[in-house]
Amino acid sequence: MTLVFLILAALTIAGTAAAMGLRNPIHCILALTVGLVGLATLYLELGAQFVGFTQVLVYVGAVAILAVFAIMMTQGGKMDVERRPLPKMSALLAGGSVAGAVFAVFAWAILAAPLGQSTSAQPAASVAEIGQALMHKFVLPLEIMALLLTAALIGAVILAMPQERDK
Amino acid sequence: MSPLNGYLLVSALLFSIGLAGALLRRNAILVLIGIELMLNAANLNFIAFWRYGPNPAALTGMMFTIFSITVAAAEAAVGLGIILAVYRHTKSTDVNQLNSLKG
Repeated sequence: MTLVFLILAALTIAGTAAAMGLRNPIHCILALTVGLVGLATLYLELGAQFVGFTQVLVYVGAVAILAVFAIMMTQGGKMDVERRPLPKMSALLAGGSVAGAVFAVFAWAILAAPLGQSTSAQPAASVAEIGQALMHKFVLPLEIMALLLTAALIGAVILAMPQERDK
Repeated sequence: MSPLNGYLLVSALLFSIGLAGALLRRNAILVLIGIELMLNAANLNFIAFWRYGPNPAALTGMMFTIFSITVAAAEAAVGLGIILAVYRHTKSTDVNQLNSLKG
């Protein structure tokens, strides 16, 4: 429980909370990038360099930009959807209490769990080791992922393509 | 409190924020982002257990996270494609207005 961890955790939580709380969708995505970079630094803090940089590359570099493009293509500068006041008080109360209850159960389970005081040394996972593992032990999931990404690419293009009957 | 507990609590908080966003936001794009946040919370758990688990040399948690990030990216691409297709049809991304299956 170091100071670095506390700062990074606060950055992550603040960024994601702002992403879900702000009114303007573009501001939400900008706050989301802050939260996702904070999460990537938490991965780095845990010693998972490859995953941390993958997180920056995929989420900040691709998913956030994709979301910004989607907002631009759907509403542009109008933002009339979120111009109206935020959800009704009853809806806010119901959704907030569900999320709060879920967090309370998680926190209770985590604090009650007999997690040992593990003080093992930082495990090293070089990119070479990860590549070896991907090519030997995990080669079948890797191939399935390649197939899934190809299918998702084609599917997304077909879904977003203008259809003739819409004209 | 051990470091693992701290990471798990941050992950639980991240999941709850994502859940609240998915439940409360009315913009379909932000609902999708809330679901992505919940996936990210699971990824943080995998990495934390990989770091503090008994056998980090097996790289299992890390591999699971890498595959999970891949699936999440594919999900985001297809989800945003669906939102664009729906918007072209109904001229809205407000999930409250998307209440009919018939086009």
